[in-house]
Amino acid sequence: MSAARATRTRKDPAPPKSGKETTTTRRSASTEAPARQPDTGHRTDLLESMLRIRHFEERCVELYSAAKIRGFVHLYIGEEAVAVGVNEALTPEDAVVSTYREHGHALARGITADAVMAEMYGRTTGCSGGRGGSMHLFDASRRFYGGNAIVAGGLPLAAGLALADRMRERTNVTCCFFGDGAFAEGEFHETANLAALWKLPVLLVCENNRYAMGTALERHEAQTDLAMRAASYGMVAWAVDGMDVEVVEQAARRAVEGIRAGTGPHFLELRTYRFRAHSMYDPDRYRDRTEIERWKSRDPISLLTDRMRDNGELGDKDVATIEQRITAEIDRAVEAAEQAPEEPVEHLLHHVTSSSAEAVS
Amino acid sequence: MGVDGSHEAKTTYREAMREALRQALRSDERVFLMGEDVGRYGGCFGVSLGLLEEFGPERVRDTPLSESAFVGAGIGAALAGMRPVVEIMTVNFSLLALDQILNNAATLLHMSGGQLPVPLVIRMTTGAGRQLAAQHSHSLEGWYAHIPGIRVLAPATLEDARHMLAPALADPDPVLIFEHGSLYNVSGELLEPTAPVDLEHAAIRRPGTDISLITYGGSLPKALAAADELAAEGISAEVIDLRTLRPLDAEAITASVARTHRAVVIDEAWRTGSLAAEVSARIAEESFYELDAPVERVCSAEVPMPYARRLEEAALPQPADIVAAAHRAVN
Ligand SMILES: Cc1ncc(C[n+]2csc(CCOP(=O)(O)OP(=O)(O)O)c2C)c(N)n1
Ligand SMILES: [Mg+2]
Repeated sequence: MSAARATRTRKDPAPPKSGKETTTTRRSASTEAPARQPDTGHRTDLLESMLRIRHFEERCVELYSAAKIRGFVHLYIGEEAVAVGVNEALTPEDAVVSTYREHGHALARGITADAVMAEMYGRTTGCSGGRGGSMHLFDASRRFYGGNAIVAGGLPLAAGLALADRMRERTNVTCCFFGDGAFAEGEFHETANLAALWKLPVLLVCENNRYAMGTALERHEAQTDLAMRAASYGMVAWAVDGMDVEVVEQAARRAVEGIRAGTGPHFLELRTYRFRAHSMYDPDRYRDRTEIERWKSRDPISLLTDRMRDNGELGDKDVATIEQRITAEIDRAVEAAEQAPEEPVEHLLHHVTSSSAEAVS
Repeated sequence: MGVDGSHEAKTTYREAMREALRQALRSDERVFLMGEDVGRYGGCFGVSLGLLEEFGPERVRDTPLSESAFVGAGIGAALAGMRPVVEIMTVNFSLLALDQILNNAATLLHMSGGQLPVPLVIRMTTGAGRQLAAQHSHSLEGWYAHIPGIRVLAPATLEDARHMLAPALADPDPVLIFEHGSLYNVSGELLEPTAPVDLEHAAIRRPGTDISLITYGGSLPKALAAADELAAEGISAEVIDLRTLRPLDAEAITASVARTHRAVVIDEAWRTGSLAAEVSARIAEESFYELDAPVERVCSAEVPMPYARRLEEAALPQPADIVAAAHRAVN
């Protein structure tokens, strides 16, 4: 029995095409054109969104080297298709819970590069007022519930957001991102059970980039078929090619449709890879260079641009125009962050309780 | 007892707590109760008995044995506009949810730069005295009182059991309520409060002039018993019930010590690094020149709580220990 079939539950009509892909070496399935043929404009938007994340983070690397930003910074480079594809399936009323590797989730959600960059700089104009930093991006107005730096720590929260939406008869979905490493945490399993038991409207998005820091999937999970394990809780679960943004979008849309239809939580295992080290501190001694190169040959951005070029949907000029626009946007964000005020030390104790928060105004 | 007794009813601490929950569920549809065995079973200490029948399984919600998931779900639901009351069976089990309480409930407001207050109430049982041994008997509320961003309550009287929940639910931030297991069966007349019950102030449970007995929760009845004994000897002890363990009502402590010039701090937790240590330090900082004697502490012996009755009794603060400490301070 293939893993994809094993992960299917009774309620699951059929996995999306790429769900058949169970190993990363079988490329043919993942480069298959998706069933739905979205228009050029939409593909261009996806591309632009991925490029924004990529360029934003590349700038972060420079700024980190220049000691402009500090702390733990976890790059998403290589995984952009996941954030961008999943976000397409969500509405502004839906909620998002994320991890410490969340620049991509935040930008895809529409938090501006200005607000994220200012947060990296620790400035008051940052999306968390400078209290959070790279790992704790928040935006209540976009129902973006953070940047959680405890592995699996956001999962119970997501269940509760979904529970509240259900109790108040709202049709929102709560989307929770987490890594493969979260599969070894009790909080993942507690939440998976609770969400399935109560049929909560949650989309569980596992970004399986095959490593938890330096520990490879095979070295931290006895059973590495994560979608199958999620399905064992009685929820719909698919393994999906996480490098193809259109495949991700399609899977996420179907999952969200299922959730809104009231069939309970859905789980997506997005098979992806981080091209950079775990964090800026990580010398990346535990991965084979050839493995990294192999995955880079399936760079989600190249995958989409190549496809669009092949279809005659995109010229070199178009890419250059998009990149110029994004570069200018990031330049402005950096400049604004540089100029932005730092919070006075007298405000140190603000936001500890709501009454101390009121002292701000 | 009131003069005519007409506004009084005999009730237990358990019933007072239940009545508080019932009123909260009735008056605000955003309120719901969730935890292990709160519904069908009626609560592991019987606090929520009958509430399922009255409010239904959506609002009196039995959870699986997943402390982290359902406490975290309470946090998420609070963020999304509900007013959850989460019950954890005992403080020892709350350790499985400590991640959610500390890393999420207490920090989200701050990490988000003030965007995300968490209006959540978590109730749990604490304390020893029922021979439940070393995994069901500890007093860890002092650990929670260490954490900025949460309010920690210890209702010790029928009135507080009945009336602390409503202001706790009105608080925009997380509130932890510690119910000492030995108090549930305490029974008496539940008087209507003359003033609104606040969550800011300690209470003088017995005024006195010679020594301050400073305590909270399950140790309050013991401190009052000790005060009776001392009174028989002609020593007038003032009994301070802290009520709110975080933020501490430091002024009440200072004021009491300014009256009596002597203090015994009684805390069922282990002495080392305890809330009693915090109170003692505050007295040293604020009232050093008021003191006529060193501060005394009466705490549990530094041992995991033993099962055997004699040993458990020996491990816990007892009225006689409090009296002895008071003697040391007075003489
Ligand atoms: C509970 C907890 N344990 C350990 C860590 C340290 N840590 C941070 S990220 C990480 C690896 C997590 O891997 P994964 O979930 O696969 O996410 P990825 O970093 O690959 O995106 C570890 C061990 C942590 N933040 N939280
Ligand atoms: Mg990983």
